[in-house]
Amino acid sequence: MSNLVSGATGDWEVVIGLEVHAQVTSKAKLFSGASATFGADPNQNVSLVDAALPGMLPVINHECVRQAVRTGLGLKAKINLQSVFDRKNYFYADLPQGYQISQFKHPIVGEGVLRIDLADGSSRDIGIERLHLEQDAGKSMHDQHPSKSYIDLNRTGVALMEIVSRPDMRSAAEAAAYVRKLRSILRYLGTCDGNMEEGSLRADVNVSVRRPGEDFGTRTETKNLNSLRFIQQAIDYEVARQIEILEDGGEIDQETRLFDTSTGTTRTMRSKEDAHDYRYFPDPDLLPLVISRDEVDALAAALPELPDDIKDRLTGEYGLSPYDAAVITEERETALYYEQASKGRDRKLVANWMTVELFGALNKSGQTLADCKVTPERLGGLVDLISDGTISGRIAKDVFADMFDSGKDAAAVVEEKGLKQVSDSGAIEEMIDGVIAANEDKVAEYRGGKDKLFGFFVGQVMKQSGGQANPGMVNEILRRKLDG
Amino acid sequence: MTDLLELGAVEARAALAARDVSAVELASAYIAAAEETASQNHYVAMTAERALEMAAQSDARLAKGEGGLIEGLPVGVKDLFCTAGYASTACSHILDGFTPTYESTVTANLWREGGVMIGKLNCDEFAMGSANETSHYGPVINPWRGKDGLDLVPGGSSGGSAAAVAARSALLATGTDTGGSIRQPAAFCGVVGLKPTYGRCSRYGIVAFASSLDQAGPFSRNVADNALMMQAMAGFDEKDSTSANVPLQDLTKAVGQGVKGMKIGIPSEYVMDGMDPDVVTLWQQGQDWLKAAGAELVEISLPHTKYALPAYYIIAPAEASSNLARYDGVRYGLRVEADTLDEMYAKTRAAGFGEEVQRRIMIGTYVLSAGYYDAYYLKAQRVRRLIRDDFDTVFRTVDAILTPATPTAAFAVGRKVDDPVTNFLNDVFTVPANLAGLPGMVVPAGLNGEGLPLGLQLLGRPFDEATLYAAGQVLEDSAGFTATPTGRAGGQS
Amino acid sequence: MSVDKTTVAKIARLARIHVPEERQESIAEELNGILSWVDELNEVNTDNVEPLANVTGHGLPMREDVVTDGNRIDEVLANVPETAGGFFVVPKVVE
Repeated sequence: MSNLVSGATGDWEVVIGLEVHAQVTSKAKLFSGASATFGADPNQNVSLVDAALPGMLPVINHECVRQAVRTGLGLKAKINLQSVFDRKNYFYADLPQGYQISQFKHPIVGEGVLRIDLADGSSRDIGIERLHLEQDAGKSMHDQHPSKSYIDLNRTGVALMEIVSRPDMRSAAEAAAYVRKLRSILRYLGTCDGNMEEGSLRADVNVSVRRPGEDFGTRTETKNLNSLRFIQQAIDYEVARQIEILEDGGEIDQETRLFDTSTGTTRTMRSKEDAHDYRYFPDPDLLPLVISRDEVDALAAALPELPDDIKDRLTGEYGLSPYDAAVITEERETALYYEQASKGRDRKLVANWMTVELFGALNKSGQTLADCKVTPERLGGLVDLISDGTISGRIAKDVFADMFDSGKDAAAVVEEKGLKQVSDSGAIEEMIDGVIAANEDKVAEYRGGKDKLFGFFVGQVMKQSGGQANPGMVNEILRRKLDG
Repeated sequence: MTDLLELGAVEARAALAARDVSAVELASAYIAAAEETASQNHYVAMTAERALEMAAQSDARLAKGEGGLIEGLPVGVKDLFCTAGYASTACSHILDGFTPTYESTVTANLWREGGVMIGKLNCDEFAMGSANETSHYGPVINPWRGKDGLDLVPGGSSGGSAAAVAARSALLATGTDTGGSIRQPAAFCGVVGLKPTYGRCSRYGIVAFASSLDQAGPFSRNVADNALMMQAMAGFDEKDSTSANVPLQDLTKAVGQGVKGMKIGIPSEYVMDGMDPDVVTLWQQGQDWLKAAGAELVEISLPHTKYALPAYYIIAPAEASSNLARYDGVRYGLRVEADTLDEMYAKTRAAGFGEEVQRRIMIGTYVLSAGYYDAYYLKAQRVRRLIRDDFDTVFRTVDAILTPATPTAAFAVGRKVDDPVTNFLNDVFTVPANLAGLPGMVVPAGLNGEGLPLGLQLLGRPFDEATLYAAGQVLEDSAGFTATPTGRAGGQS
Repeated sequence: MSVDKTTVAKIARLARIHVPEERQESIAEELNGILSWVDELNEVNTDNVEPLANVTGHGLPMREDVVTDGNRIDEVLANVPETAGGFFVVPKVVE
């Protein structure tokens, strides 16, 4: 599948890199003991260090360091046992210190790789350049008052992981797949909750276009996209905008742009006379961060199984389709549910039931897997009844619907409602004979060449049996009787 | 009252314990002395009421036979330290009226050990200066007078602290030293000052100037007093990531250790054009004293000494330019109203910061900026390592180093200089210790031809303050420096 | 590496300090004086010398992940020039 975009004057290749900011899951902030949780009243989760009062000093939270290492390990990346915190100096109302503590030259995590899963079932590796820890900024509100802005520092100092990809993506779909997989891995690891609406995960998108085979074009950066849809919209808009400019003979300005969620377009940030000169230098209030090989190994040993590894097992050992495997492994809870439900059973059948019936019911009802009354054991029980022929797949759907509402076991529902499949060939033959006898004219038409009528007969038998006749047997016996 | 002012800290502590003297009497004497010497501008704010409260509490403890290391002793606090409930302004207009709700760790330590806060002491604005002439509250006048009663500077940035101890308006005082801001004023005012090893005293709650260089330290009249105060101030603080978790030796004991067998390095590079010849003479004298007391003198070389000052004047302003970014009118301090945020910043900082501070912020911003970072900042950091390596090398063979403290004695207030660099040269002997993180002590050792005090400096290994106290005591005993300034409380002005 | 009026204006902007145009020239001179003096450092050969950023020699001490702070809005806002409903208030930011 080609990712090339055709313009008026020929094809263009899209080049995308992503910088994702992921809020670290931790109780306290990166360099202060204030709470890192979301949703408090303004300026409640603020320590004097966060507010940058005179004489205040940063002290690093060990858990944030561990979370960054876990994430690096999850991205199969190099962990740098020594890293340095630098100050990124600039002035803004939500940045009390007048600098952000970040990592510039020596980040805690180096190169890694992220495998993205595409719609057609294929997968591709996207390179990770680095991951570093840094402070989040506060929140400014500019629309509460005509001439004033209001500042809340609750978010100031919360730990962020900035994850920088190599410019390896070639379409908006790949970019979305990247964020989806990254989010999945972060949630598996428990290092970030990936809640994009609340802002725990946001992406800056770097987009450029070029003629296939040529050097990279000039890129623009569009900041703070907090949904997969916005990411794709922003990319699509930028690509179209840039192609139009270039085909008209113009040049792309290297700049930072903002995405307007209501119009789906990007616009230049108000131009500044001076580009930011951040004057990075090592933060003299902090010493080099040193972690031991032992600590890294211990963290590695304790990692949960990650989505790609589970997915490989699902497609390799259990024979699931890449699509099903990707859906099941996107969330850890789902993968665990699947393992339990499918253990010792028909893996593919269970997968099918999860991805179609179970997810369908969850979507419709708005429930989560955790709330759901159909436990992995119960789902497994239902599949057992299909596998051993007690009920047909068709009947099983009704049984499932009952189980979903009532929380009963499959066997109990089948028993109560008398839904056992009729697989007694004698009984089926009787029913078939009855149907044939009652529809002599149609039988004649069928035998005369109207093959389509076969379905009619099947339907009649199923109707007579209340849906419980074993469909396979019905087919077999009916054919025998009709075709002679 | 004046008899009370004569008691040194160690003496006074003993007298308080023996109940020969009460803390309230002592505090009152110092409050009166501060009023008497007010024209010298040591204090930017007196905390007399609080002092008497604290003294009364000290008396209560002392009556029970209890009390901390410095129980009941009057302490002046440089206005760079945040003292809860009392204005702490770094002697800058931009922090006018700023009243912290929190206490610096160093002052908290002092109050826990029973110290009594007399007031906040004047200093150069944001600790930037070597003459206490950049303070928003006006210059400090040295209690030592020049020829014909000329007003002299006390040195800086802890000018108020040094002058107060010399003039007896404080018994003990805190200071901070980033490039010599304790040691140089100690020399100019004829008092004892220590810059501890970097990390010995917590920086929490002290307005930051240059974070990798700043260190709090004690001023006192004599070496034994200094040890007592240092014992009370120092210690590991987990709120400061650069704080050293290294146990402090018993400094009050170290004071009596003597220098027998100690090897004292004499660096050939510690000379300078325009140095007062009396300083050279005194330095030689100091060497003789130590030798007579049983030390061995060793000629050493610290080859990169002359590069310490230029390296410092890149590194310190660079760090300061970033540390002072938080003074922006948003959350505390001065705010000059404007229509936009950026204008507010620019106007507030222009109105709030004095010239010297603005100059250093500009230099600092420049040397960190794109295209100049490698040539200036990184270069200076490399030279810093060479300077530190010089010291590491010599400390393999010597236990301490003896140098002059300053190239001259105190100079006239309002001395006109053609360019800022002239003022920087005041710190030529003190700056290397800050770059290398080493402890340094200045002990008053003699008077120059004009009757002004001169000090000698001792530099030691990291965390070896004990050696400095031992050698410092020997210098003090040998020097027999008993002169006091004419501007002292109770003396003729 | 010499500083002129334009550079002074640029640095002043980065540092958010309003420097009136009349003062820019003299500040440029002062800065140049300092910069030519620190240029002395070029005499020193620093090839293969690592920059020294910290003198302490130990690694960064870490604290445990416990909430020990916050919920002190009164202290945080104690010295504030202008507040409203718990927010800091500043002149409007133009994006």
